[in-house]
Amino acid sequence: MNSWAPFEWITALRFLREGRMQTLFILVAVAIGVAVIVFMSAMLSSLQANFIKRVLTSQPHIQLVPPEDVARPLRASTASLIAAPITQRPAQRVRSIDQWQKIRKQLTAWPGIVTVSPTMAASALAIRGDASRSITLTGIDPEVYFQIVRIPDYIIAGRPRVLTDDIMVGTELAKDLGAVLGDKINISTATGVSRILTITGIFDLGNKGANQRSTFVALRTAQALSNRVGGITTLDLTVNDVYAAETIAQSVQAATGVEADSWIKTNAQFFTAVKAQTTSNTLIRLFVALSVAFGIASVLVVSVIQRSKDIGILRAMGTSAGQVLRVFLLQGGLLGLMGSIIGAIAGGSAVVFWHGYLRQADGSELFPLIIQPALFLYAVTLAAVTGVAAAAVPALRAAKLDPVAAIRG
Amino acid sequence: MVENTPVLQLKNVCKSYNVGTPVEVEVLHDIDLTLERGEFVALIGPSGSGKSTLLNIIGLLDRPTTGRLFIGGQETSTLDDAALTKLRGHSIGFVFQYHYLISAFTALENVMMPLLVEHDFPNGQMRERARDLIAQVGLTQWENNLANNMSGGQQQRVAIARALAMNPALVLADEPTGNLDTKSADGVFEMMQRVNREEGTTFLIVTHNMALARRCHRIVEVVDGWVVQRNSGISAGQPESRPSTSKSTVSGPDSAGAP
Repeated sequence: MNSWAPFEWITALRFLREGRMQTLFILVAVAIGVAVIVFMSAMLSSLQANFIKRVLTSQPHIQLVPPEDVARPLRASTASLIAAPITQRPAQRVRSIDQWQKIRKQLTAWPGIVTVSPTMAASALAIRGDASRSITLTGIDPEVYFQIVRIPDYIIAGRPRVLTDDIMVGTELAKDLGAVLGDKINISTATGVSRILTITGIFDLGNKGANQRSTFVALRTAQALSNRVGGITTLDLTVNDVYAAETIAQSVQAATGVEADSWIKTNAQFFTAVKAQTTSNTLIRLFVALSVAFGIASVLVVSVIQRSKDIGILRAMGTSAGQVLRVFLLQGGLLGLMGSIIGAIAGGSAVVFWHGYLRQADGSELFPLIIQPALFLYAVTLAAVTGVAAAAVPALRAAKLDPVAAIRG
Repeated sequence: MVENTPVLQLKNVCKSYNVGTPVEVEVLHDIDLTLERGEFVALIGPSGSGKSTLLNIIGLLDRPTTGRLFIGGQETSTLDDAALTKLRGHSIGFVFQYHYLISAFTALENVMMPLLVEHDFPNGQMRERARDLIAQVGLTQWENNLANNMSGGQQQRVAIARALAMNPALVLADEPTGNLDTKSADGVFEMMQRVNREEGTTFLIVTHNMALARRCHRIVEVVDGWVVQRNSGISAGQPESRPSTSKSTVSGPDSAGAP
C-alpha cells in the first residue's frame, strides 16, 4: 500500500490486479481499439495534409476577381415596363479590380488573411523564330506571389527572378519553342503590344498543360503588355485556416463588393472528398470508441457480481456508497487509460512502420509523416473518459448493492 | 458518551417484509433488547427465527419497520444512509461466518481497511495499529500473506482484528466459528473473550453451538421473531460496571407464550 494513493485508488488497482485475466483481456481490447483510431487518424491527417498541401501550394485560397460585364434590360421611363426584355450576353473585356490598392490595404489588415498578392493575367502569344504558342501571361509581385504559389520550389533551371524584361516559362513551353535558359522570346498580346523578354527561369509544375501555358512576368510588364497600366485582374489571398476560406471569402465579398472565390468553391469536388473522408473517419472513431466502452462496461458488470461479497464487507466496515461508486468508476478509467497508452504506442509505431514501408517508385516517401502529440493526448484522454463513462452503470450497481444481500448471498 | 449508556438499545423494534402488499410478513415482533458496555452475549435461535434479520438491524445494515434503535445512546431512525454508514464504521465491527476477508489484500492490509476507509490515505500510524492488532491475534508471522493463503482459523482471527481496528464499542459476529474445526473454533472464541476482557469491547455472537453459548455472559434466544432471555452459565463473569437494572432485556411474551 502506497501512501500517495487514497482508498479508492488502492482498492481499484488491487481489484484490477487480482482479476488478472479479465484485466489483461480488456486491456488488449482497449489497446487494439485505440491503436486503430491512432493509426487511422495519423494516416489520414498525413494524407489529407499532403493532398491539401499539393492543391493549395499551386493556387491561392481565395481569389478576388473583377465583376463580369452584364447587359441590363432596357426599361421604359414609366413604371417597371421592360422595353427590351431580351438581352445578349456582352463580350467580356479584361477589366481591372476597381481601387484595388485600397482593397489590398483593407485585406492586409483583415484577421485570418496572411498574404495579399495582386496579379495581372492576360492571354498572349509567345513567338521564337517560326514557333509560336499561346500562353497565359501572369504578372506577379514575386515577393508576395511566391508565398502563395511556390514557384521557387518548382524551378529546374535558372532562378525565380522576374525583373522588367524577365520571363519564367514551363518546361513544355521551352521545349515547344526550342528555347533554353537565357534565350529571348517575343511576347505579343491581342492589344497589339509586344516585347522581347529573356527566359530567366524554367519551372516544372508537375502538369503538362500547366507547363505548356503558364508564364510569369513582372506585374508592370504584364500591365504594359495588356494595356492596363496600374490595373490588376485578381487579388490572390492566403488564409490561416484553409477550411475557413469560404467563410472569409463571403465576408470579404460583403465588405469590399468584389467577387471573392474560395478554393473550397472552385474545388468543390475535392473538398467534398476530403470532407467525406473526415466524416467517415469520425464515424469509425465513434464506433470503435463505443465498442471499447461496451467492452469495459461488460467486464465491470461481471466484476461487480464477482465482488459483491467484497462490496458487502466494505459497506459493513463503513465504506460509503460514494466510495464504492468511485472504486468502480476508477477501474473503468484506469482500464481506458492503460489500454489507450498501450494502444497509442502500438498505433504510433504502426504508422511509422507503414510510412517507412510505403515508398513511391523512386524511393521517396509516399506522404509526409505527420505525428501530432495532440492526437495521442487526445486519444488517451478520450479513452480514460470513455472508461469512466462505461463504468457508470456497473459502478452505480455496485454502489446500490444491498450489503445484507451481498454478504448473505 | 456517558460511561453507563448502553452500547445498544432496541425499543419495540418490528421488522416486516413486503410492507403494503398482500404478502406482508412480520419477522420480528416488538423487540426490546439492551446490551451494556463490556457484555459478551450469545444470540441463538433456529434457522428462520429472524436472528439474522435482527443482527442486520443491529448492525445498521437494515432498518427496522417500526421501533427505535440506539447505538451508544444515539437514536438511529432519524439518520440518513450516509450517516448510518459513518456510525457503522465507527461503532460496529463485523465478523462473518464465510468470506471473511477481501482476497485482493494481505492480512495486514485487511486489518487496515476500516482505517483506510475512514481516513482515505494510508499512513504509518494505521500500519502500526494494524500490526498491534495482528500481533494481538497472534498472526505477526503471516501478516503479509494474501488473505486466501491462510487457513480458515487464521482468516477468522484476521477478521476479528479487522473488526477491532476502529476500536468499536460493539462487535457483531455471525457464526464466527461455524465454519471451523473444533480446535480453531476454540481458539477464535477464546480470542474474542480475551479482547472482551481486556478491552471491554461488547460482543454479540450468533451461534448454533450451545457449548460456546453457555460460555457467554448471557444468552438471548430468538424464537419465531420473539426475543427470549435465557440464563447463562457464567453470569458470575459479568463485568461489575454493568447496572443491575436489566429488565428490558426480556421482551415479548414469556417463553410460554411462544407458539
